[in-house]
Amino acid sequence: MQPDLETGRLPAQKMSADGAQPPQETRQDKVGAAPPPEGVIDGFFWRKLRLHQPLSALILQRLGLSIGLLFAASLLIFGGVEALPGDFATTYLGQAATPQAVENIRHELGLDRPLGERYVSWLSGAVRGDFGTSWASRNSVGEQIGNRLGNSLFLAFFAALISVPLAIALGMISVHFRDRFADRLINIVSLAAISLPEFFIGYLLILYFGVQLGWATFPSTVYAGMPFADRLSAIALPTATLVMVVLAHMMRMTRAAILNVMSSAYIETAELKGVSGLRLIAKHAAPNALAPVINVVALNLAYLVVGVVVVEVVFVYPGMGQYMVDAVTVRDMPVVQACGMIFAAFYIFLNMAADILAILANPRLRHPR
Amino acid sequence: MTKFDLDIGAMNRRQFIGRTAAAGLIAASSGTLVGTSAHAQAPKTGGHLKLGLKGGASTDSLDPATYSGAVLFVMGRCWGDTLVESDPKTGGALPALAESWQPSADATSWTFKIRKDVKFHNGAPLTVTDVIATLKRHADAASKSGALGLLLSIQTIEEKAGDLVITLKEGNADLPLILSDYHLVIQPNGGMDKPLAAIGTGPYKLTNFQAGVRTTFEKNKQDWRSDRGFVDSVEIIVMNDNTARVAALSSGQVHYINSVDPKTVNLLKRAPTVEILKTSGKGFYSFLMHCDTAPFDNNDLRLSLKYAIDRQAILDKVVGGFGKLGNDYPVNENYALAPEGIEQRAYDPDKAAFHYKKSGFDGAIVLRTSDAAFPGAVDAAVLFQESAKKAGITIDVKREPEDGYWTNVWNVQPFSATYWGGRPTQDLRYSTSYLSSADWNDTRFKRPDFDTMLLQARSELDEAKRKALYAQMAVMVRDDGGLILPVFNDYLNASTKAVKGYIHDIGNDTSNGYVASRVWLDA
Repeated sequence: MQPDLETGRLPAQKMSADGAQPPQETRQDKVGAAPPPEGVIDGFFWRKLRLHQPLSALILQRLGLSIGLLFAASLLIFGGVEALPGDFATTYLGQAATPQAVENIRHELGLDRPLGERYVSWLSGAVRGDFGTSWASRNSVGEQIGNRLGNSLFLAFFAALISVPLAIALGMISVHFRDRFADRLINIVSLAAISLPEFFIGYLLILYFGVQLGWATFPSTVYAGMPFADRLSAIALPTATLVMVVLAHMMRMTRAAILNVMSSAYIETAELKGVSGLRLIAKHAAPNALAPVINVVALNLAYLVVGVVVVEVVFVYPGMGQYMVDAVTVRDMPVVQACGMIFAAFYIFLNMAADILAILANPRLRHPR
Repeated sequence: MTKFDLDIGAMNRRQFIGRTAAAGLIAASSGTLVGTSAHAQAPKTGGHLKLGLKGGASTDSLDPATYSGAVLFVMGRCWGDTLVESDPKTGGALPALAESWQPSADATSWTFKIRKDVKFHNGAPLTVTDVIATLKRHADAASKSGALGLLLSIQTIEEKAGDLVITLKEGNADLPLILSDYHLVIQPNGGMDKPLAAIGTGPYKLTNFQAGVRTTFEKNKQDWRSDRGFVDSVEIIVMNDNTARVAALSSGQVHYINSVDPKTVNLLKRAPTVEILKTSGKGFYSFLMHCDTAPFDNNDLRLSLKYAIDRQAILDKVVGGFGKLGNDYPVNENYALAPEGIEQRAYDPDKAAFHYKKSGFDGAIVLRTSDAAFPGAVDAAVLFQESAKKAGITIDVKREPEDGYWTNVWNVQPFSATYWGGRPTQDLRYSTSYLSSADWNDTRFKRPDFDTMLLQARSELDEAKRKALYAQMAVMVRDDGGLILPVFNDYLNASTKAVKGYIHDIGNDTSNGYVASRVWLDA
């Protein structure tokens, strides 16, 4: 479990460098964190549950914490947008703002009400699943997010479908050929891919495959009612870009984790009894290296959903990131809040899933001292 | 109040709520107006026109009162019409939904005859009631319309004997051009009940709208005009990334893009399938000083800074030569009745040093800038700093964040960079930001004698007298105002060679928004 604590932070930092992240990178503590606050669940029942159903207890505990975290994230986002210079009325009107027009908009949207009151009224709507209407476009936030989130997930799904198996396979291959040519090649290529900024990879792909060879579809704009095959061909280039961005990280984590296990005594035993080659890696070493790999995969999946705004802009792809940035620019609070909540929820959910899977993969973690 | 924005990005959405001249399309003259072809061509019909445009966001709304940004500007021109349009070459008023008009002798009361043969996309006929409701909706004091400021001088809007009669609080010879503003799209019942319906009388009917992503139109077969709307369908894709637009155009995925970066235009020119469309406009890039704030309240200091800027260097380096030199008054020859023969102010370190010394000021002057002000504003400020240094003037360039620039810096700080889009008339240009009481008097230029001349010119129906007044006013702003105007920027767009009939319209960018209704495809 050691290496993931360090490298596991990588995608999170990368995302905040993109500048479009809501402050939701609240990575939870490792397995076996503090028990829930007193009074939330009856003490006796809780102890019993932990003893007999440690996994259910853990999931319950995590769910409770997640809701608390989401609440904290909503406060942070609300406060953050409030702290930005200008409110919706002035930024929406820009240089064209007249005192009269600003006043009209403020009054209509209730921006003249106190801060706390506005937050509470938003929260009471959000709890009931009503994210309100966008101030700028006057459309239902929920409906618009539905489309955008669908697009983001569509792209993330295909990027993950290719990159996760590929990264793990490449990681195993490079362990197998460690310190030899194949290992070096895989490392150099994947490091080069991760070192280039994603927009640069994107532009290169557009230049060669879109403009010069004309093989791929560009722009990657997808829209409601677009045939599925067209959609697939539209996302080919952004998917390729994302695969290159996330591949190296997962591949190197797989390699490092398996190599770590490879030095343990039982592997030596396996080797002595005649197991060799990829079979040794896949059957004997990989299961014990799963936990850190799962963590890094989860972080990369989260990145694919919430951190790809630059790729969206470059490929003209209508995803969530672009939607949120547009909303932040004009301080369209209902949209910003809803996007922030969804991003935070994804992040928390994926991290929780990673923790639970890691525990399933390693029974020793179920009973922390 | 118009900021026609050349550079509305998704990450950096600048607003341009404002006003522009509508452009008229003169029947049967489209071929001769085109600069791209020596021979007049008969327009071809059919095809699917794809536009890749910067300046759209997922926060865009279909209500024309809220329109801002290039995408909505072009969209509004596709589905709707205004009462009046403006001539692409002269900027004069041309009939559109209003077939003729007549002012009273003092230009305070105007009678407009509305066309009778026009139908909305929903089949309902256009009536005077619809026109009146539209204007009332935008002119309402509680309205959020981008055209509200233009309509403040209206006293009554009413129907008389089947005609529209507008009565103003004071005479205004330019009222028809005001009605060409792109917000003032005539909607059934003025859009009171359904502002977002996008039902209008324009050449194309809206078929799909996804804010900030993609919009499609189909040809309006019942269009009341036959000299426009040549393609079967139009698709507008929002492309806020400069490189994406250029790549999409050079790979032939779109037919037309707006807002080409002057720094890369020469590279784009080399692509064999691409044509660069450069249109001279009325907008400008500038630095402004507050005439009522020390040290800028001293006219010698203002003059010294005006002499200390190297206009030619900014024209060459910041806008890549795509523009014209400015002369410290906000009007150029693209305006009707533009002043002539005012001496061009040039870079002169000696004169700058002379006035600087005379002003008695000593020390560093802080100039606030950001690329939100105009593309290349930071570079322009540094060039200004360098040229001023040779005259012994120290300028501290302070770079401000793009986000919030219009709220916190422009019209707040005494010395900053800004841009202005064109206005249909000189009157509107000066009324917007040089009248003492103007909301956007961003140079704090307050001279009662100037105000009097402006109001006098506004209701003056004799053109020669009007022109003389405007020339005097230009000199006053040039020699006494707080505006340092190095360049009027050109509108830079590009199309594939299949696009024919593009009209270079001085009114505003993207052929004054009419690109989709004016061009045709010649495959």
